[in-house]
Formats: sequence, structure tokens, C-alpha cells
Amino acid sequence: MKCPLTPSLSRAYRQAGLCGEEKGEGQKGGNGMNIVVCIKRVPETTDADIFIDKSGKDIDKSGLVFDLNEWDSYAIEEAILLKEKLGGTVTVLSMGGEDSNESIRKCLAMGADDAMRLSDPAFAGSDGFATAKALAEAIRKIQYDLILTGTQAEDDGYGQVGVTLAELLGVPHAALVNRIEVQDKKVKAHRELEGGLEEVVEIDLPAVLTIQTGINEPRYVSIMGIRKVAKKEIKALGVSDLNLKPEEVGAAGSDIRLEKVFLPPVGEGAEMLEGKPEDVATKVFDILKDKGGLA
Amino acid sequence: MKEIVVVAEHRRGELRDVTWEMLSIGRQLAEVQGADIEVALLGKGMNPFAEALKSKAKRVFVIEDPRLEAFNSETYNKALVQLITERKPFLTLIGHTAMGMDFAPRLAAQLKMPLASDCMGIQAKDETLFLTRQLYGGKVNAEVSFSKKGPYMITVRPGAFPVLEKEPLAGEVVSLPSPLTDEGLARRFLQYVEAAAGEVDITQADILVSVGRGIKEADNIPIVKELADAVGGVLACSRPVVDKKWLPKGCQVGTSGKTVKPKVYIAIGISGAFQHVAGMKGAGTVIAINKDPKAPIFSVANYGIVADLFKIVPVIKDKIKEIRKS
Repeated sequence: MKCPLTPSLSRAYRQAGLCGEEKGEGQKGGNGMNIVVCIKRVPETTDADIFIDKSGKDIDKSGLVFDLNEWDSYAIEEAILLKEKLGGTVTVLSMGGEDSNESIRKCLAMGADDAMRLSDPAFAGSDGFATAKALAEAIRKIQYDLILTGTQAEDDGYGQVGVTLAELLGVPHAALVNRIEVQDKKVKAHRELEGGLEEVVEIDLPAVLTIQTGINEPRYVSIMGIRKVAKKEIKALGVSDLNLKPEEVGAAGSDIRLEKVFLPPVGEGAEMLEGKPEDVATKVFDILKDKGGLA
Repeated sequence: MKEIVVVAEHRRGELRDVTWEMLSIGRQLAEVQGADIEVALLGKGMNPFAEALKSKAKRVFVIEDPRLEAFNSETYNKALVQLITERKPFLTLIGHTAMGMDFAPRLAAQLKMPLASDCMGIQAKDETLFLTRQLYGGKVNAEVSFSKKGPYMITVRPGAFPVLEKEPLAGEVVSLPSPLTDEGLARRFLQYVEAAAGEVDITQADILVSVGRGIKEADNIPIVKELADAVGGVLACSRPVVDKKWLPKGCQVGTSGKTVKPKVYIAIGISGAFQHVAGMKGAGTVIAINKDPKAPIFSVANYGIVADLFKIVPVIKDKIKEIRKS
């Protein structure tokens, strides 16, 4: 197999034994950061009508629009900002079916260099821990200085993959990061705590940082931009390409078993104000007068 | 005797609410399971906390070390690996907070222990634990269980479990040696930074008019600001509005922003994620305006209006101006 043209992917392939040795390559450059960003494609559910599917174990996704997980869009933007400042490469890594290529291409259009997709029926049903195992095995094949993930995914909301990944790779981490400054072989990271407080930590590289929303302003990607990267190779890796057995990933390798999903029970709920807009407005005034002291 | 260990959360000299919440649900589970409820307290100068906690637990394990003064997942995990390996609790409870999210997944992996994160319900049926979590930003609930044998770790959603009054326990304070040494750490705590104070203090307002993602773009913010002005209220917002830099951080209501208790809170285009609700549930009266009748905000609001905010908000503003003028 021929090695890919981009340095970091070609290095990854050679280390994985997927392609032959090439001369004059494979040496890591003296400067710049090699950054891996783990991303996920998720359904947008904020404004959507949600129904439980027949299995009772998931929602019916047929009418939903999918996009890059919001936290991940901030993570990929942060990686590209660091690359623009310091040089280096950005590799996108995602676990998911062929549909995930759509979100991966969005990242490539934003400025990522390479992409890998963990694609195997055996990955289906992975919980946070099983996902972290698969990502860790893929990342072991790459040289990296920094790994960024979103703090959590909008769909399953585990908020654990990045931190578990750090343990599996044996590198330090910081979660809920909303500011990064790279200083030589370490980073200064601001962690978002409760009540508007932040904590500043210093971490040796390589490291994993889980990125919080609001850290930057993710750039807009045009349809033209996506078209430009339409032919870029996204290497699909299966369980056999990683140092894993099928039973170590997917539902079989997961610690969490999903019993059922259901719509949240509605509490007492609000008294609904209905009628003509003007009448609703008058009611709002009355409430403000009565409860808020509005005169 | 089976044991349940709660990892106490504290910051800058104060025990955090989630600690009491975990002790409450932990005690309920312990009673069902015939287990002892215990608490792990890590830090420097922990005596006052140990005294405060001992009526809520059978044992208070204290690891006292100046290197544990400020939270650092690296030092915390070293200390907790030792404690958990020694005590072998069948369940460890940790807050699903900025602190817990930073160390629990790593600790679970170190101990090869299954972790269920962000749980808002825990029920024990015989030996099996059934947990309630939320999916898709709170639009769907899931019941999950562990597919492997225990011991287990659970991170608990802050505010999800009420603190129930129970008969005080005469907890024994047990001092444990610290496993930490002066060897170098790969992660070092440097300092805390406070968010810059906003121009207007949203915590002091009687009427807050709060805007969320539904406003769609920065240019639409004046629609809501004008309503705030018309009712003599103050403009606030939910997290997405700050993330997108449409309003400053000082306006943000919620877990990572401010906790507010106005007489009336008007939530406009805010879906009602639990992090937001945690910051405004102390409001006297809540009016929610959202086009999605299933938005979670309606289950915490006193009054709801299902409508397109771009149509209804200007009408409300004009009407209130008109009434106030006459």
C-alpha cells in the first residue's frame, strides 16, 4: 500500500504497518504541534420534535438534521488556531459510520490536515469507556503533542471520553478547558469551574484537554469549502487495524447497558397563557404587576 | 460490611452543596443495601469539615496533606486509589461537577471500575443498580444499568437529589496517611481567576428578562433588551448567548454563571437545560416563552407562552408600554 501524502497520516500508516517505509520522511519537524482532535456527528435535537423509536432504546432519528457536536466544533477550531500560530498538523479522528464523513469533511474544510474514521460494526453501541478504548488504540499509532476532545457530546452526554482517554494513553489531562496557552513543552489551561470561577493549571505535553464551548468562535465553512475537500482521503480503520478484540468495544465492551429511553415525566408544569397576542401581553403585565411590583 | 463512599467536594474553604446531596442519596442506598455510608475528605486543614460531616456518615476518612490544598486530579486520584483499594466500597459517589468531571473518569479507569456519569436517579433492586441519565440535552431520559459486576462508580448530577433530614449518625473520624510525595507532577495547579464583573449586577434585579439560543443572532438581542427596559428589568441570558459572544459573561444565568433570585424571571427562547435551571430555580415567578411546547423550561415555569418570540415579544413590550403610560 502506498503511503498517504500528508506527513502525519503517512507516519500513522507506517506505524500501523499499513504501508511501506519511505525515505526522508517520518522525522518529526523541529517545531510545530501535532494535534489530534476527536469529534462526533450528532443529531440536532434542541428545536426538534422527539419521538422514541420502536426498540424503545433510542429516539427516532429519521427526520433529524445531523451536525458536528457543538463542543467538538470548538475543539477543532482551537486546534486550527494553534496550528496557525505554531505550525504543525491537525488530525481529525472520529468513531462512526460512513455518515460521519460529513462532519469529518467539515473539520477538513475548517483547516484540518488528515482524517481517520474508526469504522466497524463491532464499534456499535459503545459507551464512553469503550469509545475511549478504541480512540486510544488509534491514537497510539500517531505521534502527537496534544489531543483535544469536546467536554461532552450532545447526544449521550457522558462527559468522560477525553479524561478516560488520557488515562489509557498515560498522559496528563485537564477537563472543561476554556483557554489555552502553549509554552514550550507545556500548556497553561484555564478550567471552567462553577459560578464564573476559573482555575489555571499547567500541564506537561503531550496531554489531553477537553474543550468547553465559548473558548473561541468556530469559523464558518462554506459549501465551496466542503467541496474543496470532497476528495480528501478519510482512512477507515476497523477493529482488526487496532490492537483490540471485537468483544472489547461496542456494546460488548461497554460498562453501561441501556435498558430503555423515555420522554421525561412532565412536572406540574406551567399554566399556559393562550389567546390573542394582545391578551397574552395583558396577562404578562398583570403577572409582573402582581408578582414583580411593576407599576 | 458493605460500604458506600462519597467523595466530599469543597473549594476555597467551603463544602459544596453536592456533597450533602450525595450523602443523602448515599444514605438512602446504604439503608436499602445494609451498607455503611462513609465520606472521603481530602485537603489541608480538614478538621472543621470532618466535624461538619460526621453526623451524616458512619466514618469520615480524612487524608490531610498540604499538597491536597487546591484540587488537582493527579494528586486526588493518587490518594483516592489508595483509599478505595483499601476500603473496597461497593459504590463510590462523586459529583458530576467541574471537579468530578475532571477526575472521576480517570479514577474509574485506574481502578478498572465501571463508571456511570451524570446520574439524576439511582435505584437499587436487589444487587442491581438502575440509573436515570439524560440524553439529547435533557429531551430524553434513559434508564441504564451496569453490564459488569461491581464495585461501581457513579457521578451524581448536582441539584438532582434532595437533602433529606435523617437521624444524625455518630460518625467516626478516621485519619488516613497521605500517599503523596514531593515527586514532580505532570499537572500543577497555579491559581483561581474570577470572571470579570459585569456592568450590571443581574443578581440584584427584581425583574430579569433572560434570552437564550432562540434569539438566533446578535442583531436580534435589542428585541429582548427593549422588553427589559419596558418593564424596568435587567437583561440576562443563558450560556449559548455568552458562548457566541452576543452578551458578556456577567449576564449569564446558570451553573457556570450566576445564581439569581429575582421576583419575576422571564425566559425567552431558552430551552431549560439543567445547568440553566440550576441558576434560576430560586426565582419567585417564572414566565417562559418558547416555540417548542416540549421545551424543558415549561416544566419549571409558572406561566408558559408557546409562541415565536420574534412575534410575541414586541407585542408584549408595546402593550406594557401602553398600559404603563395610561
